[in-house]
Amino acid sequence: MTYADRSRLPDIGPDPAFTFPRIARHQLENGLQVRTVEHKTMPVVSMVVQVEAGSVADSHGREGLAAISADMLDEGTGSLSAIDVSDAFARIGAEYDVDVGPDVTAFTITTLARFAERGASLLADILLRPSLREADFDRVRKLRLDRLRQLKDSPPAVAERAFLRLMYGDHAYGHLPIGNPGALAALALDDVAAFHGERFQPSRATVVVAGPLSHDGLRDLAEGAFSAWEGTAAPQQQGHPAGDREVVGAPTRLAVVAREAAPQSELRMGHLSAHRNSPDYPALLVMNALLGGQFVSRINLKLREEKGYTYGARTGFDWRRGLAPFALQASIHTASTADAIADCFAEFDAIRGRRPPTESEMALAKASLTRGYPRGFETAHQVARAVSQLALFGLPDTYFEEFVPRVSAIQAEDVVSAAERYIDPARTVTLVVGDYQAVGPTLGALGLGDPQVLPADA
Amino acid sequence: MENASLPYAKRTLSNGLDVIVHEDHHVPIVAVNVWYHVGSKNERPGRTGFAHLFEHLMFEGSAHHNTGYFPPIQRAGGLLNGSTNTDRTNYWEVVPTSAVDLALWMESDRMGYLLPAVTPERFETQRDVVLNERRQNYENRPYGFALMALVAALFHEQHPYNWPTIGSADDLRAMRLEDVQAFFRTYYHPSNASLTLAGDIDTERGFELAERYFGNLPGGPRPVRVEAAAAVTSERRLLLEDRVEMPRLYLAWLSPASYADGDAEMDLLGDLLANGKTSRLYRSLVYERRVALDVSAYQSSRELAGFFLLVATAAPGTSLTELETLIGIELQALIESGPTESEMERAQAQVEAHFIYRLQTVGGFGGKSDQLNAYNIMRGDPGFFQHDLARYRDATIESVTDTARRVLGFDRRVMLSVVPRGQRHLALPGAEPVSVS
Repeated sequence: MTYADRSRLPDIGPDPAFTFPRIARHQLENGLQVRTVEHKTMPVVSMVVQVEAGSVADSHGREGLAAISADMLDEGTGSLSAIDVSDAFARIGAEYDVDVGPDVTAFTITTLARFAERGASLLADILLRPSLREADFDRVRKLRLDRLRQLKDSPPAVAERAFLRLMYGDHAYGHLPIGNPGALAALALDDVAAFHGERFQPSRATVVVAGPLSHDGLRDLAEGAFSAWEGTAAPQQQGHPAGDREVVGAPTRLAVVAREAAPQSELRMGHLSAHRNSPDYPALLVMNALLGGQFVSRINLKLREEKGYTYGARTGFDWRRGLAPFALQASIHTASTADAIADCFAEFDAIRGRRPPTESEMALAKASLTRGYPRGFETAHQVARAVSQLALFGLPDTYFEEFVPRVSAIQAEDVVSAAERYIDPARTVTLVVGDYQAVGPTLGALGLGDPQVLPADA
Repeated sequence: MENASLPYAKRTLSNGLDVIVHEDHHVPIVAVNVWYHVGSKNERPGRTGFAHLFEHLMFEGSAHHNTGYFPPIQRAGGLLNGSTNTDRTNYWEVVPTSAVDLALWMESDRMGYLLPAVTPERFETQRDVVLNERRQNYENRPYGFALMALVAALFHEQHPYNWPTIGSADDLRAMRLEDVQAFFRTYYHPSNASLTLAGDIDTERGFELAERYFGNLPGGPRPVRVEAAAAVTSERRLLLEDRVEMPRLYLAWLSPASYADGDAEMDLLGDLLANGKTSRLYRSLVYERRVALDVSAYQSSRELAGFFLLVATAAPGTSLTELETLIGIELQALIESGPTESEMERAQAQVEAHFIYRLQTVGGFGGKSDQLNAYNIMRGDPGFFQHDLARYRDATIESVTDTARRVLGFDRRVMLSVVPRGQRHLALPGAEPVSVS
C-alpha cells in the first residue's frame, strides 16, 4: 500500500460532468404557468405554488396583510377545519411550508410520490378555497400580535426590522412581512378575503413540480389540482414594483437600538445597492464571496479568525425584484463593537481598489461558487425552489447551465469595478442593537455623526 | 415501504478505524464524514466546554497543512463543518467527486497530526470565538439559559449531562493549551472514530482511499466508557428571570436513552402531544382555549440517558399555573387512556415519510453519511436503519401508554418558569430562583 504523500495537498481532478435539470414549461387553460423537472433519485415529489402576494403588496397602514392572508389559508377549506387540514397533511407525512417574501409568497408541499396527488389536491383546496372564518382570523391575528411583542426581545429580529426601515423608509419594502402592531390590529377578515381574491390569480401564479415522474406526469399532477382555479384578472407584467424610486443618500449614517447590558451588539451595515437582473450579477456574486459571503471571506477571516470578535460575520444581497440592499450582519462582542465597525469599513473600502483581489482570492471565490454549484440540485425540494427563483426573477430556463461559464469569466478588475459601483462606504448605514451605554462613547471616533436612537419596535 | 433502505459496506482498518461506504451516483459529490466518540460527557466539572472548543481547533490547521482548513475545501467547491454534542463530535465535508482525495487527506492529517499546529495564538482566538458563540446563542437570546437550568436540575453535579456542551464561561476562560494535548491523545485516534464516505464513489475505491490516507495512523486504546446514573425523585420547581415579554413554562422528565426501550415511544408521544395543530396540546392550549402562544414537546435522547421536554409560552392573561393545570389534564388523560388508534396511525405515517425524506442527501448534518456513522458509533451497526424504523413501526397503543406512565410521573419532574425580569410572582408557586450565566 502506498500511503499518503504529506508533503503537499492532493490535486483536485477535472470537474465532473453534471447535467442540470431540464425545465419543461406548460400553460393550463386558465393561464396558470406550470414548470416541471424530472427528478428521479427518490420517491419524493415537491410542488411550489408561487403567487404574486409578497409583503410588497401590503399597502401603507396594512402592513402584515400578505403574511396573515397566507397564514389563514390552511385554517380550513370546505368541510375541513384548521385541525382537519393539519391532520390530512400529517396522515400522508406531507411537509407544508409557507414563505412570504418581499415580492411573492411561495407555498411548498413535499410528499412521498404515492401521496403526491392527494397532497396537490389538498394544497389546491386551501389555496383556492380557504374558509376564511372570523374565529380563526381572530386567533391567528392575536398570535401574530403576541409574536410581534416577543420579537422585541430578539436582537436579530429587532435589527432586521429597523434595518429594512432604514433602507427603504416608508416604501412597501420597508417592513417585515409580519407587519406592525397598529396595522395588524386594524385589519379585518374582509381585508384578507379581498387580498386573496385579488392576488391569487392563476394568470399571475407559477407552479413548479419536481419528482420521479415524466414531464407529462408532473404536469398532470398540477393540472389535476389547479385546472379549476378561475381567475378574474388579466395577466399582468411581472415587472419591478414601485420599489425603484431614486436612491438618495440616506440621511442616517448611524443608528442605535438600545439593549441594556447586552453582551453583544447585533450589527448591520449596508445600503441599497443592486438589482438581481443586473448584468453585473456574476461579478457581484464573486465580489461578495471574496469580501464577506462565506467563511473564508476577508471580513470573516478578519473579525473571527484573526480577532475573535464574533462567532461569524457575513455579507450578502437581500435580492428582490426591486433595488436590493447589500449588507453585513454579525453579532459582535460589546467591547469590540466600534473596532469591528471600523474594520468592516476598511474592508468595504479596500475592495474598491486599494487592495484589489489577489489571483488566489479570485480563484477561491470563483471555484467555491462554480465547483459547488451541482450540490444544490440534490433533492426534489431544492430543484423546485431553484426553478421557482427563475420564475420570480424572469430568468431563462438555460440559467443553470450558463451559471458556471458566466461566473468563471469574471476577472479581478470586474470585481473592483463592481465594488466601486455597488459598495459605497459614504452611503453605508450602520445599525447597532446593543448596550448603548457601553458602546455609545466608542462610536464617536468612527466619524459617523451622532446616532439616531430608535425604539425596539420601530 | 418504498426504497426505505440505506445500503453500505463496512471494513475496519488494522488501526481500529471503522470505514463505511455508501454509493449514490446521482450527483457528482462525495460526503466525507468522521465521528469521534467524544463529547461534553467526557469532560469533568471545572473543565466544561472543552470538547467543543477542541472541535474549533480542528479547523485551524494540522502538521502538514499548517493553516486554515476552510480555504482548500472551499476552493474545491466543497462545504465543511463540524459539531459537538454531549456524546460525540462530528466533522464533514461535501466535495465534488474530483476532490475526495483532498478531503480525506485533510481529515486524516488532523486525525493523526493535529498537535504541532495548535499554537497559543490559535487557542486564544478560538476561545474568544467560542465565548462569542456562547453570547450569541445563549446569553443574548430570549430564554437562552432555560436548557442549562434544566439539565443542571435533571442531572446531579457529577453526572456528565449536568452541564451544557457550550460549557461555562468561567471554565472556558480557565482552559489551558496543555489540556488540548491530553484530550487529543485520549480521544482523537482511529480506534475511537468512524469514517463514512457516501455519494459518487465506488465501494472498493472508497476502502482503498481510506487505507491510503488513514491506514498508517497509529491506533490507540479505546477510551473508558462513561457510566453514570441519574434520578429525579421528587417534583422540583425552578424560576429564571430573563429579558422576555412572555412567561414560559418548561416541564422536564428523565426518559429512556437513545435506542433504549421506550425511546421511540417517547418520540411518538412528543408528536401526538405537540406536533402540528392536530396534536393534543396545540389543539387544547393554542387552538381551543387560546391560553398558550406555542407549545412543543420532544424526546431528547442521548447515549447515557434521555429527557423529555414540554414547553409552552403563556398567552397574555394566562398564568403559568393555569397552563400547568391544563397540560396536566392532557397528560393525565394520555397516561390513563393512551393514544387512539387514529393518533398512532398518523404519528407512524409521519415517521415513515421522514425516514425516506432523510435519505435525500448524502452529506451534512443528518445526511446519509451522518446517519451511517451515528448507527455505527452508537449501535456498532451501520445497518441499523431498518431496525430503527422498526422501533417506530412496532410501537403500539399499549407500549406508548406504558412508557408514558413510566416516564411522565408528576412526582418526579422539573418545572421551570421563565418570567420577565422583576416579575417573579408570575412563576409557579414555590419555584426557587436558579442562577445560570
